[in-house]
Amino acid sequence: MRFFETFFNLSVIEKYLPDLIAAMGVTLYLAVATILTGVLCGAALACLRAAGNRYVNFIIIMFADMMRALPPLVLILILFFGMPSLGINLSGEMVIYLVLSCVLMAFAEEIFWGGLTSVTAGQWEAGRATGLSKAQTLFYIAFPQAFRMGIPPLVNRVLATTKLTALGSVIGVKEILSVSSSAQSFSGSATPLTMAALAYMIIFIPAVIASHQIERRFRYTR
Amino acid sequence: MEAFLDTFFNIDIMLQALPLLLKGAVVTLKLCAVVIVLGLCGGLMLALGALSPRRWLRWSSIVYIDLFRAVPPLVLLVFVYSGLPFAGIRLSPFVAVVIAFFLNNSAYFAEVFRAGITSVPKGQSEAARATGLSPVQCMGYIVLPQAVRNVLPDLLSNTVEVVKLTSLASVVSLSELLYSANMARSVTYNSSPLVMAAILYLAVLWPLVRVISRYQRGLAVN
Repeated sequence: MRFFETFFNLSVIEKYLPDLIAAMGVTLYLAVATILTGVLCGAALACLRAAGNRYVNFIIIMFADMMRALPPLVLILILFFGMPSLGINLSGEMVIYLVLSCVLMAFAEEIFWGGLTSVTAGQWEAGRATGLSKAQTLFYIAFPQAFRMGIPPLVNRVLATTKLTALGSVIGVKEILSVSSSAQSFSGSATPLTMAALAYMIIFIPAVIASHQIERRFRYTR
Repeated sequence: MEAFLDTFFNIDIMLQALPLLLKGAVVTLKLCAVVIVLGLCGGLMLALGALSPRRWLRWSSIVYIDLFRAVPPLVLLVFVYSGLPFAGIRLSPFVAVVIAFFLNNSAYFAEVFRAGITSVPKGQSEAARATGLSPVQCMGYIVLPQAVRNVLPDLLSNTVEVVKLTSLASVVSLSELLYSANMARSVTYNSSPLVMAAILYLAVLWPLVRVISRYQRGLAVN
């Protein structure tokens, strides 16, 4: 019974539920903005890399490597605490959006590029032989196949990246975790943390289950 | 340019902070060693559970995996570190981090192992059983070695994710690499220690990220 009072205290739930729902809005909004920017720009980078300019490709590869190798929290702290010294003040939301978009962009670029390299040379030759330009072959023949192949790993990566919005709590973004942490210290009860975990489950469990189905659907396509 | 270098690449401050950062790096390495080994073992057990013919075992493993894939690791960490004391369970930061990351990592490693085990053709285990190996021998000598080889790139990239994840331990003031760097930043009012930390992370993780890219390209060509 004490367990329930500690982790599922009804009066605490009642008091902080509106705040938490508002915070879910912030989390969802950040997640959607990140997904759109990251996936679209990642696809654009992969196509740009297919154009084959050596200098451009070097920059893309460096960017993708950095973003995949660095812990996102390091990038977040550098932007949040470093930029003001240069006279650029970024809000916490902006920092999270920028960092997570860049991270997702890097992973999406690698995934799509992996897909593009696995489209056989014959397909490119056939496209060019039927009179399509190189760009047309890329957009009509190669990229649709690369996209299809990339969907299962991309979905996993999107989920992993959107969960990182919880890092916003470190720099004061009013998303689920930070709202519930401060509610926890105000109320002196662990209940808000339980609510935070449940809020994330409400958002992500359907996404995880959908990802299983997507994986199954796209598994044997070549 | 001057201001940029002074803010992010101030050599004096970097050298001053280096001993503190190296001490933090040792804690990070210890943490990685514990978390990776536990995550691999737990993940393997869960994967075997998720593929078990016993229904209760299968379903409880699957529920565990999906549940902990849906909750952001930082939320788990905050829950374990500041939620459990309300139930009378007080943990040191190191233990809290190990428990929270074990819950999260084992679910991710389980997914990788499960994909590996299901990628081994059924005929392999049937043949092994027909030659008189016990189910345990069949799994240990025939199926698992092939499964691990099939998902080696995924295991590697998951390991990189775990190393990046340990930076979150700074949130519960475990004095690992990022925490030390952030300490040095707040003492010197300069972001160079954070950049120094980023360089240390890159030194370890960049080669691994390169290997992963190489692997994926290799798979695409074959």
